[in-house]
Amino acid sequence: MDDLLADFLTETDESLAELDVALVKLERSPGDEATLALIFRMVHTIKGTCGFLGLPRLERVAHAAESVLGRVRDRKLTATPEIVTQVLEGLDRIKAILAGLRANGAEPAGDDAALIATLDGIAERRARRAPPPDAVPQASPGGEPVAGAEPTAGEAAAASQTIRVGVDVLEGLMTLVSELVLTRNQLLQLARTEENPAFTVPLQRLSHITSDLQEGVVKTRMQPIGNAWNKLPRLVRDLARDLGKRIELIMLGAETELDRQVLELIKDPLTHMVRNCADHGLEPTEARRAAGKPESGRITLNAYHEGGHILIEIADDGAGLPTAKIRAKAISLGFATEAELAAMTEAQIQRFILRPGFSTAAAVTAVSGRGVGMDVVKSNIERIGGTIDLKSVAGQGTTVTVKIPLTLAIVSALIVQAGGERFAIPQISVVELVRARAAALDGAAADHAAADPAGETSVIERINDTPVLRLRERLLPLVSLTGLLHLEGAAETRPDDRAYIVVTQVGATTLGIIVDRVFDTEEIVVKPVAPILRHITMFSGNTILGDGSVIMILDPNGIARATGVGVGGGDPRAAGRDPQRAGPSLHGADGPTAMLLFRAGDGAPLAVPLALVARLEDIPRARIESSAGQPVTQYRGQLMPLVPFAGALDAGRERFTVLVFSDDSGGGPARSMGLVVDEIVDVVKDRLRMQLGGARPGLLGTAIINGASTDVIDIAHYLTLAFGDWFKAPRAAVAANVLVVDDSGFFRQMLAPAMTAAGFRVTAVASAAEALARRDAGEMFAAIVSDIQMPEIDGFELVRRIRAEGAWAELPVIALSGSTEPADIARGRAAGFTDYVTKFERDALLASLRQCLGQGAPPLGLAA
Amino acid sequence: MNDTLERPPAADATEAAQSFVTLTLADQLCGVPVLAVRDILAEQTITRIPLAPPEIAGSLNLRGRIVTAIDLRRRLNLPAAQVGAARMSVVAEQGGELYALLVDQVSEVLRLPVAACEGNPPTLAPDWAAYSAGIYRLQGRLLVVLDVARLLALAPRT
Repeated sequence: MDDLLADFLTETDESLAELDVALVKLERSPGDEATLALIFRMVHTIKGTCGFLGLPRLERVAHAAESVLGRVRDRKLTATPEIVTQVLEGLDRIKAILAGLRANGAEPAGDDAALIATLDGIAERRARRAPPPDAVPQASPGGEPVAGAEPTAGEAAAASQTIRVGVDVLEGLMTLVSELVLTRNQLLQLARTEENPAFTVPLQRLSHITSDLQEGVVKTRMQPIGNAWNKLPRLVRDLARDLGKRIELIMLGAETELDRQVLELIKDPLTHMVRNCADHGLEPTEARRAAGKPESGRITLNAYHEGGHILIEIADDGAGLPTAKIRAKAISLGFATEAELAAMTEAQIQRFILRPGFSTAAAVTAVSGRGVGMDVVKSNIERIGGTIDLKSVAGQGTTVTVKIPLTLAIVSALIVQAGGERFAIPQISVVELVRARAAALDGAAADHAAADPAGETSVIERINDTPVLRLRERLLPLVSLTGLLHLEGAAETRPDDRAYIVVTQVGATTLGIIVDRVFDTEEIVVKPVAPILRHITMFSGNTILGDGSVIMILDPNGIARATGVGVGGGDPRAAGRDPQRAGPSLHGADGPTAMLLFRAGDGAPLAVPLALVARLEDIPRARIESSAGQPVTQYRGQLMPLVPFAGALDAGRERFTVLVFSDDSGGGPARSMGLVVDEIVDVVKDRLRMQLGGARPGLLGTAIINGASTDVIDIAHYLTLAFGDWFKAPRAAVAANVLVVDDSGFFRQMLAPAMTAAGFRVTAVASAAEALARRDAGEMFAAIVSDIQMPEIDGFELVRRIRAEGAWAELPVIALSGSTEPADIARGRAAGFTDYVTKFERDALLASLRQCLGQGAPPLGLAA
Repeated sequence: MNDTLERPPAADATEAAQSFVTLTLADQLCGVPVLAVRDILAEQTITRIPLAPPEIAGSLNLRGRIVTAIDLRRRLNLPAAQVGAARMSVVAEQGGELYALLVDQVSEVLRLPVAACEGNPPTLAPDWAAYSAGIYRLQGRLLVVLDVARLLALAPRT
């Protein structure tokens, strides 16, 4: 009887899931006879089996539901939403009773009288011509055929070809096959070293059979993703009712198969995301009508295979993510400062919703926004080695794309060595491999790097103790695996040793992991680490290699978090423990600004945005000469003027630390300027809280960095000291008057001096409204430079209004933004911007301005 | 199957005698109930695990299963073994996971009457008292019965 009951529970669970889907379908097309017949048959079967197994409570509820469905089938009733709701409620009760049955082996006590009365009431409502409900087709419990006794011919055929196998049996098979694969690998390795022709052929056969077997067993674990979706139609229907919205759910690619283990793990995150779409994503009906959209909102799920991964898109055609709200919330939660947000793209700002503790719902509703949000979804997805991406277009909707591995059991991994130990890095997160040479801070190495930036060997540069790599115009934050894992072999790596950098990508974060050697890629069988080691977040598992040795599998997510480079890497323990946290990346997904801290003179520590510094040099006193009363040094075959900061050259030292600012553009001979300082203190990635007031020339102002008040220097000032004409175009015309629109005081302060030095007259305003007021007052400018993200009227809207009417309609308008991705540029051009320039890239801005104003200067690219 | 591990061996009163695998740790004779032992391994290649607690010696491959090796000298706060000294391991299971207990030497199996087991002397050093399930007085030597469950009750350090 126990086995019978267990089978009944499993089968009924499946039927109920199907019933939910079918009923929602019926509600949409009440005349669909096939669906109705299916529903009726399933409820009938459940009822019959209950009687057979002696489950009276279940049977009564099922019977009442069946009576209603019988009326519908006989066309005495129409499947109105109200009726469907009642039947669904009946099914919910059945589920609750089944849960109790599963837990205790007996029906739980309870009173279903009210529910049954309601159902019966519906059944009798228009049943005057019909016989009383008790006479509805219904056999005595004992005589009722058991489950599956009246399936259609097709189903019967299908049923005979499938058997039910316990999951533990499959898991056991999987373990055995994994071990077989490992043994096979060991044999193959042996065969390679000991040439014995007698073994070659059988071994090859064994190898093939093992591979086929592995594939076959993996297939047994595969299930269509539709199994994780079958609760969603019901969920969406109920949500639509509760929220008073009209929602259409479209599911594509439901037959896409993936590992059952993965399937189980993504069920909840998927459900959560669909809730989000329904609750926050889709606008209320009136708002949709007002926006000229179809009243019925649409949620689309789409699953498909792509290169060993499954991609699942969850899209809605709602209002899109409220960027302005997210900005405000990010500031109020202290996740970022105004200055940092100003440098970010919309996509970067939107990613804040993936941060722990971030819920965008202004009001917490019953449906979602209960404190757990997208951050939980993200961490669940990452736990299974997946990634999550957001795309949102205002007014058109939001698409969340989840990328997950097909199976967790077997992955392709890169085997690397660091500190004498081997490790596996899952291939999914490896972007590329770079061979590099560790460089000391001496001129020769830096010269080499500069002379051969695209050469085969890149050079790991160090800013203080933080290693970085220049990779295609970007500074890649690096972390040494040896250092991170506290491996004793660290001393083996001498500065001139070759090293490899495994460039990994986790979400939007790119991080380079320095290793000593790279071996091969291998298909590895992932095994969980022992419970005692689970707290070490650097590892996602361990495995046995072909040669029989055990190695640990690195978790790039964990590494990124431990180094503080990761998006949402808010692990305060990791941050406090690891001084390398200060990633030098200025363009970090949503990270704080990277600043180079140095000392000169007795004053406060000084800082300059790291992106502006081309190189750091250590120059001996002997190499410093004098030319026309100015200290210079020979640098890359040219004389480089040196500007001593706060008398740094007077100090009686033999070597000097020099920050090199360079102009590497192709226009003319490259020019460099060296700022001589006392010492480099650190590279800090901190929120720049600029306390305005650059009282002295050469200072932008004072900021609190690392808790200490720090002077942020104005590089433009020192560049003009070195070259009077640094910012001046060769054919500079009369000073043109430029209007700068930026809500951030920090950027207004930063831009104005640079532009003034370059020969422009600058008028700065803090908002688009202020700018438009000046237009209406009749003021005229030669060009306008505007921020994109501003409260109330943003940059796009501003340029639209400028182009729409008034005296400024023909003016060049340059957008300043955190990113110059092609999509952003396209959007900017569509809105009417003349050009699109990245914030911080002062010289690109100046070049663009000159071009717009017809001064035709060659672009000056201050190397970053 | 874990019952054998979770129940202190001395409490097994239904049997008049119990068998122990004897082993030495820094010259001290110890015993582990034979039912708790899955395997005895000679010297193995052990992979170090970075950032793991100090008593974790690493992991090793036992016929396709990954086994966590625990250095019993470190677990009992004994001086470290000499570099290069051959060590053996006793494999035990806990919660479905296999653990290899690294010891100096494994010797014969002894069958000892349950009644002869004595409690820990109150003066026993705390490191030993924490993992001892009783003492047997053998001819000329004392045998400490190790409580495998307690030895394996490693709490992850946070």
